[in-house]
Amino acid sequence: MNPVRLTFAVLAMAFAVMVLPDLVFAADPAPQPTRADYPAIKGFSARTLVWGLSQMHLFLAAFVLAVPLFVLCIELAGVLSGDDRYDNMAHEFMKISMAAYSFTALAGGGLAIALFLFYPHLMGYLLKVFKGQTLIYALLFGLESVCLYVYYYSWDALRYGDRKWYHMTIGLILNTVGLALLFVANAWAAFMMSPAGVGPDGAVTGTVWEATRNPLWNPLNLHRFLANIAYGGAIVGAYAAYRFLSEKSADLRAHYDWMGYTSNIIAVVGFLPLPFAGYWLMAEIYAYSQQMGITAMGGVLAWLFIIQAVLIGSILLAANYYLWCGLGRTDRGASYAPYVKYIAVVMVGGFLVWVTPHSLILTPQELQLMGGSHHKVLGPLGIMPAKNTAVNLMLVFTFLSFQMFYRSSRVPTVSWYKAGNAAIIALYVVGCLNIIAAGIYGYITPTVYKVGASVPQVVTTLSIIVFAAIIDGFMLKGATKTQVNWGRMTVRSQYALFVLPVAFTWLMALMGYIRSSLRTHWHVYTIMKDNSPEAYIPTIGEAGNIITVITLMFMALIVFIFWLSQLGATKQVPQRQAAVQPAAGAGS
Amino acid sequence: MTLVRVLAFSVVVLLAYTLFANILPQVQSDPPTDEAPVAADGLDMPAMIAWGERLFSGKGTCTLCHNDLGRAPDLLKLNLAETWADRLGNANYEGEAKGEEGAAAIEIYLRESMVDTSAYVVPGFGKKGTNDTVSPMPAVDAAPISLSEVEMNALIAFLQDRTGVDVTVPLPTGDDGEDVAGDDEDGEEEGPAESAQVALDKYTCSACHDVNDSGADAGPPLHSLGAKLGRDGIREAILDPNATIAEGFEADMMPDDFGDQMRVSELDMIIDYLMTLDAKGDAQ
Ligand code: HEC
Ligand code: HEC
Repeated sequence: MNPVRLTFAVLAMAFAVMVLPDLVFAADPAPQPTRADYPAIKGFSARTLVWGLSQMHLFLAAFVLAVPLFVLCIELAGVLSGDDRYDNMAHEFMKISMAAYSFTALAGGGLAIALFLFYPHLMGYLLKVFKGQTLIYALLFGLESVCLYVYYYSWDALRYGDRKWYHMTIGLILNTVGLALLFVANAWAAFMMSPAGVGPDGAVTGTVWEATRNPLWNPLNLHRFLANIAYGGAIVGAYAAYRFLSEKSADLRAHYDWMGYTSNIIAVVGFLPLPFAGYWLMAEIYAYSQQMGITAMGGVLAWLFIIQAVLIGSILLAANYYLWCGLGRTDRGASYAPYVKYIAVVMVGGFLVWVTPHSLILTPQELQLMGGSHHKVLGPLGIMPAKNTAVNLMLVFTFLSFQMFYRSSRVPTVSWYKAGNAAIIALYVVGCLNIIAAGIYGYITPTVYKVGASVPQVVTTLSIIVFAAIIDGFMLKGATKTQVNWGRMTVRSQYALFVLPVAFTWLMALMGYIRSSLRTHWHVYTIMKDNSPEAYIPTIGEAGNIITVITLMFMALIVFIFWLSQLGATKQVPQRQAAVQPAAGAGS
Repeated sequence: MTLVRVLAFSVVVLLAYTLFANILPQVQSDPPTDEAPVAADGLDMPAMIAWGERLFSGKGTCTLCHNDLGRAPDLLKLNLAETWADRLGNANYEGEAKGEEGAAAIEIYLRESMVDTSAYVVPGFGKKGTNDTVSPMPAVDAAPISLSEVEMNALIAFLQDRTGVDVTVPLPTGDDGEDVAGDDEDGEEEGPAESAQVALDKYTCSACHDVNDSGADAGPPLHSLGAKLGRDGIREAILDPNATIAEGFEADMMPDDFGDQMRVSELDMIIDYLMTLDAKGDAQ
């Protein structure tokens, strides 16, 4: 059966299941199934199945929702600049995400089935709380499919002039629907962490809107929105890098080099504000329940943030390495090359500060303390200010790397360019000093205020980026552009574009594990206990292994999807013409 | 070829992350068990206090916040006998312990701190922006911690005992027993063993130790322990086997959760019995 239809059928069935009990027992408390009530298959881990399917669904959905967002932006850039290359690239991005769409629906359908099969009480309860929202979700899903297909297939038919604006309107509707889907799904996940609109025993007391608008909903919305964009950018970047490596013709290599560069920018732009969104999410978690917040930062999950640091560190290093290699594309780039080593020192230094756990080697006593179900804290929070300082500096210097490349192909013509340069340098120097000072202040204040000290740091980081971009924007207005030799890139640089999606995929799954673990042994925090045999929080190693397997499966799927999208553009040609036909795939 | 190289590279990166996750300390967090050492009957005060201590770091999750990192008063270091006067004398204190004295006041104050957490907020620890009027501490008798009345008594007993003041909370009575064992998931509670010998078999002691003529040698023979360890020594050896390790044996061999499995009456029976065994393992 068609996966879309299958999902629809499952959701419709779920809706029917929901309506009936709801009419009869509206004010019942949440069900409290005992261990025996969970359907189980001997020797088979239901949780791992649900985990795998939901993560897979999320990977695909994140990708499929993110691509149209930046495709629309690139399309607009194409219209404004009148440069056809933008439009071709946008179209090609779309093509990749189209092939992924049906897999998203398939994974989603599989997830729904697995959830109803293994966690019927929880799903029944969620349906009761969210009433007809499931139906809205199903409708949105249908609408998303329609918009997506129309948007993609009308691309060439509505390409120029007024028609282009119709096309972009369809794109806007597509993205609106896509975001609505994301927000609805987030409402359920967030409700499980911070339930609202229900009494202490779980009886429904409020409206669906109250349950939707629970304390963690909006922080989660923002966080996932940004992460999706970064993620989508990273994946199409891998596509571009792969094509770059395998193409022979100079034209195509130039095209894919440029596509890889753009993807990298998208990934970095989505990524830069993520720590900020992360702070907000964490702050809201603390405000909702200090206990949950401490479970995340200081409890059994504390070590995970060390892994997170390694992942984010490798993402930033890879993205920067790629940008530095990019200086080779312009002739003026060489004049910036000497600075690269200083940036590299900051990046590597920051990375090291970040990954150094508070106590790298545990004493047997500490190990014993960790053995309990809720043990004493390790205290990485104790040096949080140092880590925050490191990550903010890394973000600032990543932006600097990008700015250097941008400037390397532009010679300013405005009279005040010297003053402008001085202003930018001053901005960086003062900003960095401020970040460091706030870090030192955070270090010497008591723990309670440490989190507060990180806010000025993030604000400084964002200000540097915004003001540097504005000054540059004015200064380089009407600048003489020098040539960028797209395609003049090393093979090694392309491998950086593979680190990004691998690290992002793994990171996303890791954060998913953390988010779910915050509920500890609750399906719905404080309201519905998880009494299943698998209610425990797995060790980092166990989680890591599962995450790796899921990531490997996703990689296999992505290779297949890339292959599909390439296949779609491959035309077999009659023997005689084959010699003159250009290689397939370029900007079709 | 390119594809193979790219995939191999990606897999190597992936495996590096996986390896890293596996070399970090591994902790699995299990859902809290009720940790009730006994059914209704026969809980004595030392057992109650020991239970309170387990609740403090276990089900109660108190150590999550109450530790030396400054998120909440470090209850394990705090000398309540000295601070309580300070707390109750504070101009802002309007709670129920006002006007009470000594250990009784401490009991009321502790209970109040647990169930009505915002009744009095220790200055500097209130929720951000509330000017120390709202405590970030969740009421421990509600979800997610959900302690029962008896469990809170055990915690109070533990905290009072640490401070060196008299323990004023009552021992659980028969009725509370329902409460203690009530949450037991599988309800597979059996009755207590009827004799020490039966208990020694029931808890598989005789599978490791030479006792009841079992001749087992995974652990030291349980002979003439009365002279060697004394009552308290035996109690500790059973409840916290790694506290001291018998000569010639290694740590972590003997299970350390007997305290959770046994009833106090059974523990006492076993200790009484072991006290009577001579060097050949015969009862005197
Ligand atoms: C989420 C963090 C958190 C948890 C979990 C927590 N507490 Fe607290 N507790 C606090 C904070 C913060 C304060 C100080 C503010 C106040 O007075 O309420 C406090 C205050 C107290 C006080 C008063 C201390 C004084 O100096 O007067 C007692 C007693 C107490 N807690 C006992 C407990 C016990 C027992 C548990 C476990 C069952 C527990 N707490 C769990 C955060 C927590
Ligand atoms: C899995 C095997 C095993 C089981 C079951 C076991 N023990 Fe032990 N026990 C040991 C070992 C090994 C030691 C020595 C190491 C140590 O002191 O922890 C020991 C030590 C002891 C000691 C201290 C002996 C001394 O000479 O210091 C006592 C008392 C004791 N066990 C009692 C018990 C009782 C009572 C039970 C049943 C409730 C029990 N053990 C169950 C393995 C076991």
